Amino acid sequence: MGFEFNNETFRNDFTFRNSERAIKRFPFPFDRDDYMYSVNMEPHVPGRPGSVFEHAFDVDEHYLAEMRDRDLVLKEDPLRCQSLPHMELAGWDLLELIMESKARDYPHWFELHKTGKRWTWINKPMQIEQTFTFLDPSTLPYGPMEYITRQTQGDFTLQDQRDENLWIEAGMVTTQADWSLDFDIGMSFHEWHAPVPLAHEKGVFDRALKFLLKLQHGAPVRRFNWTHTVDPLLDTSPENYPKWGPTRTEITMENLGQRMHLRVELQTLWRLPRSNAIAFPIRCYLIKYDELVTMPKWARRMHRVVRDIHPDLAAYKGFLRNRDLMTAWLAQYDDGAPTSPGWWPED
Amino acid sequence: MSQTVFEKSIRSRPVYGVLQPRAGTAHLCVADGEGAGAIRDLFAKAGADAPAMLAKTHIIYVPGANGTDEFASLEALGAAQCHRSPSFWAAESRLRKVLADAHMGLQVYLAGTETLIGLAQRDVMEAGLPHDAVQTEHRGSLSRRVQCVHCKGITENVTTDPYVCSHCGLNLFVRDHYSRRLAAFQGVNIDAEEPGNVPPAVERFK
Repeated sequence: MGFEFNNETFRNDFTFRNSERAIKRFPFPFDRDDYMYSVNMEPHVPGRPGSVFEHAFDVDEHYLAEMRDRDLVLKEDPLRCQSLPHMELAGWDLLELIMESKARDYPHWFELHKTGKRWTWINKPMQIEQTFTFLDPSTLPYGPMEYITRQTQGDFTLQDQRDENLWIEAGMVTTQADWSLDFDIGMSFHEWHAPVPLAHEKGVFDRALKFLLKLQHGAPVRRFNWTHTVDPLLDTSPENYPKWGPTRTEITMENLGQRMHLRVELQTLWRLPRSNAIAFPIRCYLIKYDELVTMPKWARRMHRVVRDIHPDLAAYKGFLRNRDLMTAWLAQYDDGAPTSPGWWPED
Repeated sequence: MSQTVFEKSIRSRPVYGVLQPRAGTAHLCVADGEGAGAIRDLFAKAGADAPAMLAKTHIIYVPGANGTDEFASLEALGAAQCHRSPSFWAAESRLRKVLADAHMGLQVYLAGTETLIGLAQRDVMEAGLPHDAVQTEHRGSLSRRVQCVHCKGITENVTTDPYVCSHCGLNLFVRDHYSRRLAAFQGVNIDAEEPGNVPPAVERFK
């Protein structure tokens, strides 16, 4: 693949960085110079070679470091991974989906060998070789959802479908933009989205739910979400807010380029075949402002989005306090030139 | 006292109605504090059917956290069973037994504070009753049961915003985000970004 896995941290000394290759393929989420909520879903089909859309589940240079960070989060707080009892079958569906996808898309790193129900999974980067019986949880060291998501970048939730609604009833959530699985587990679609401002009134969630209830197996969809995070901290959990909250007051014009990060979630949605549940991977990509502005188009557009965003959204996303500073800093990189439509950096 | 009128709220907030008598093989009423009034009104609405309904009714009543105790007025209705419990927690094993023993056609009526309704509804859901067999009506205090998102401790009868977590001592604001599984609102540290910068507490949930 032409890259190596970074040895880096997402806490304490924060040695996380993006290589030039990672910057070029960063999923910049703005296809125009302004932003408002919408049901911005599109088919999750293979995208340009080298892009984060090339494969079903993107594996990038941060893979091993992210898996180490997940393990640390779970040691501190096991409630970040929960599955209500009836969701185990959906966990197996997810395990199968990820194993088959990775073995197909990255055969030099992952292998899946099946002899009837007896499966052998090989994950070379993590040095794992596991033989187990599909659908028999006693043959794995964790439940199926936890087992595979300890080896896959991004957060995951599993939604049961009943009573014309979706219910968030299992999840592995350690790289979240300030929401609590432990609090939200068991909620219906509108309940867990309740704190989001402006979108309910626009009917966004009514339309999204209607759309998702009809999601078909084999036809996954994707959308972006985004926010900002001070320092490359994956675990911006509400549980730990007293620990990371104070960093929001430490931003200056001098350190902003290094410490302010655009945080992008590539969210995909998959209908699962046996359980009829929906899997919702939420993959988090971080980029420092210093790295972001190496792409002139993104620098101009980021400035315009931050400058013009509705203050309720800036508050909900947690960067209202630093918004003026961010606007001033980004203005240095915006010469007012027009930007081309779409998010690709050089189109 | 009449039913509560709520200010405009967000989507995870439970919605409460007005209790109406329904045909059923048995009737279970759970109420606290001023919720007794909703139970009295329920049987008044039943009119001529009230005696037959009461003969199949089990009432569980908990005095309000504010001291309101209207048990005598419920006892006077003459239900088949009428039980006064000092707290919801003291009543919960009885409630679970009644739900476990229930046959098809049981009607459930919950009345009083959001906390009482939420906790009882959780037991009703766990017992697997169809949700259309349950009615709720809010009466009395707007005090909230709130879970600290940081230490996970639950503080009962929160009336001010912000409040101090009774477990970890952090200053929390009460977010309008409600979990039916926990029967609790969410409390979030209000001075996380600037420790010590805590606005004065306001009585929001009287």
